[in-house]
Amino acid sequence: MELKEKLVSSFLAFEDNIDVHSPVHDIRTEAIKTFETEGFPTKKQEAWKYTSLNSILKHDYSVFPKNENALEFKDVKKYFIHDIDAYKIIFVDGKYSSYLSQTTHDGIDVCLMSSALSKPKYRPIIENYFNKIAPKNSLSSLNTAFSAEGAYIHIPKNKLVDKPIQIIHFSTGSEAALMLQPRNLVVVDENSHVQIIERHQSLTDNPVLTNSVTEIFADKRAIVDYYKIQNDKQTASLIDNTFVNQKQESLAKVHTFSFGGKLIRNNLEFYQNGERIDSTMKGITIIGDKQHVDHNTLVHHIEPNCESHQDYKGIFSDNSTGVFNGKVVVEKEAQKTNAFQANNNILVDDKATINTKPQLEIFADDVKCSHGCTIGQLDESAMFYLRSRGIPKKEARALLMFAFSNNVLDSVTIPEIKQRITKIIANKLGVNIGFEL
Amino acid sequence: MSKYTEDDLREELKTKEYEYGFYTDIESDTFPIGLNEEIVIAISKKKEEPDWMTAWRLEAFKAWKEMIEPEWANVHYKKPDFQAISYYSAPNSKPKYDSIDEVDPELLATFEKLGISLDEQKKLAGVAMDVVVDSVSVATTFKKTLAEKGIIFMSISEAIKEHPELVKKYIGTVVPKTDNFYAALNSAVFSDGSFCYIPKGVRCPMELSTYFRINQAGTGQFERTLVIADEGSYVSYLEGCTAPSRDENQLHAAVVELIALDDAEIKYSTVQNWYPGNAEGKGGVYNFVTKRGLCEKNSKISWTQVETGSAVTWKYPSCILKGDNSVGEFYSIAVTNNYQQADTGTKMIHLGKNTKSTIISKGISAGKSQNSYRGLVQISSRADNARNFSQCDSLLMGNECGAHTFPYIEAKNKTAQIEHEATTSKIGEDQIFYCNQRGIDTEKAIALIVNGFSKEVLNKLPMEFAVEAQKLLEISLEGSVG
Repeated sequence: MELKEKLVSSFLAFEDNIDVHSPVHDIRTEAIKTFETEGFPTKKQEAWKYTSLNSILKHDYSVFPKNENALEFKDVKKYFIHDIDAYKIIFVDGKYSSYLSQTTHDGIDVCLMSSALSKPKYRPIIENYFNKIAPKNSLSSLNTAFSAEGAYIHIPKNKLVDKPIQIIHFSTGSEAALMLQPRNLVVVDENSHVQIIERHQSLTDNPVLTNSVTEIFADKRAIVDYYKIQNDKQTASLIDNTFVNQKQESLAKVHTFSFGGKLIRNNLEFYQNGERIDSTMKGITIIGDKQHVDHNTLVHHIEPNCESHQDYKGIFSDNSTGVFNGKVVVEKEAQKTNAFQANNNILVDDKATINTKPQLEIFADDVKCSHGCTIGQLDESAMFYLRSRGIPKKEARALLMFAFSNNVLDSVTIPEIKQRITKIIANKLGVNIGFEL
Repeated sequence: MSKYTEDDLREELKTKEYEYGFYTDIESDTFPIGLNEEIVIAISKKKEEPDWMTAWRLEAFKAWKEMIEPEWANVHYKKPDFQAISYYSAPNSKPKYDSIDEVDPELLATFEKLGISLDEQKKLAGVAMDVVVDSVSVATTFKKTLAEKGIIFMSISEAIKEHPELVKKYIGTVVPKTDNFYAALNSAVFSDGSFCYIPKGVRCPMELSTYFRINQAGTGQFERTLVIADEGSYVSYLEGCTAPSRDENQLHAAVVELIALDDAEIKYSTVQNWYPGNAEGKGGVYNFVTKRGLCEKNSKISWTQVETGSAVTWKYPSCILKGDNSVGEFYSIAVTNNYQQADTGTKMIHLGKNTKSTIISKGISAGKSQNSYRGLVQISSRADNARNFSQCDSLLMGNECGAHTFPYIEAKNKTAQIEHEATTSKIGEDQIFYCNQRGIDTEKAIALIVNGFSKEVLNKLPMEFAVEAQKLLEISLEGSVG
């Protein structure tokens, strides 16, 4: 049976286990209809021109994992940013693991989507925010239809969250092939500040497909700092849909570090509904083998005096493929917008491919918008400089590549993440050096 | 003293009428409206074409029937009804003239109004003209001088008769007859166009130019141009268009094929000023053009275009860099005003080793117009050391217009070096202030800035064309280009 049919028919089974009378369920029914008409995206669609889902849709994924699996902390410790204290929302095969997690209701809500959807006290928030900015396209709708579990984070007014929040989705491989659809909601009220780290990790070689949707709402003067660490197994694929809605003077930053997985597609969209908003999206992609990473970004400038900054670096070796599809839309009213977009790539091997499409759509005249995009190699003279000082070729190359991607790390505000990413990069480049030279 | 501001300029732009909007009353031999196999055969017959050409047209027509009109471009317009167009119209007085005196005086007056009168052109050494009025070549000058060098420069219908071996060998090799919707339509019904062949090692001594005009109400023009530069030759080809004012939309779907064999160089310059419609966006020409060049070893193709007209433009002059060390260039200025829409750019397909391409695109939008750059740079896995530099700058005047950039970059070779840059800005108050401060009034300052903005491209036009380009830019952005 095709995955699409399987999903559509599983929706009936899904309805047996949830409260079909809640208002959210109307949204779900609507969404499954959308998915049923649209199906999975194909390469014929402009937004999917360079990414085909065919190879990952052929597995017979089980949609509802049967049994709960427990994990020992010591086995998975390395996937945590464990050297800092953090709130943790951990899922194992799509099920919440209370043993590994550390949630809170003390002044802030860091808890579960399932309880937010069922308990009346969360209803106003769910009604105001749930599925309000996720577009009604096929993959988001598919997630909406099956939305039941995920992270729910609500930071009320004037709160500085004392420590970062880590969201980790583990898959244990107890199923032959598993499909996960986590649904996250992050609501940050006026003047509040939160840092979130998200990771998807498969623990075996069984295929996993994750279709995740995260909606983030940053109210006036809120600061949201979001990190996505994507360093998964060769058999795990991820479609990450993240939508950010910002109000005036808010600041939202999303850093995406893509180092692994079979296929990763990041749909990252920012909507600026207010003045003097700052949006930042940065990414480092270092992949090899037959990996495929696709960054599909959108910044929608709706009101005046806002800024957006995009900076994506990519290093591609072996048979890997990189896609960058960035779009900046500046509406007529959005005067004095400053929008910057940069995408720099290095091709290491002949079989690697880069497809990049930085787009600008501008309807206002008093704006400063630019995009730059380069594809090239490492500077021979810089290489010679390092070699002539006795640094071996491999290390010299790694140093230059690290330098190439370093300005993305500059805006990371959690030092431990910076260290972790640095380590992963060293690992990826096959060298054993700390770059703090 | 009243100050000349950007608002004044906008006002002026709005009220500026199309000054070349006149209509010459020449009796025409027009086919009934509609398109079917009979019409295609009739066109072919009318042109006294050999059977292979008729068959070729019919194949194209067959393919076209299966195709659907493309919708991906960032333009919105009422789709032309292809059954409501007459596919052939030729001036009635058909005999070939030996001297310019025999040409219909009314027609000569038309050219005079355009500032390109034939007798003047004849005296102006260095420019040979193949004047096309409504699809049929009326006068060809300087043919003799060219013939001495072995250069063939004639209308394509003559070429089909006189040099069938060349036409048969090259037509449709760069733009296949089934390439896209409009190219297929053109292949089926093209009425006329130019053919040019430069023999081995010959450097064409003069700039070749053709003027296209749409002159008959309700006829679409389907030009077909084929330029072949044999090994080691050089040619500079100029094409200019002006069209009279028309209320209903006119369709223009041309195909231009360039072939540069080993070590050859082709420079193709276009100044396009089809009727853009009036200030309310009524009328105007639809310009759906397929232009493509093929580069063999060490050859070079350079496209330069100044686009000021047309209600809707859909045009991507491209280079297929097939041979090693070949070079492709694209320089473009696109000016849109009122309700004009332009979706234009280029494709650089790098197949050979050490191939280079440069793209410089300048878009100026005013009024309620939409100006898009759409380009593709593709580096194939065998194209070692390919190099590309792209720059797309947009200038916005007023907040009702839009500027868009859609660059596609696909690299499959690790030695490729690609740079793409795009900026969007308006004429800065500080820039104008700087000029005012130095005693340059605002009008001159805007002229200076727009001129500077498009200079990189204007410089690439052949000298003979610079005046014409200047003139057309003046019409579109009067008062801003000095």
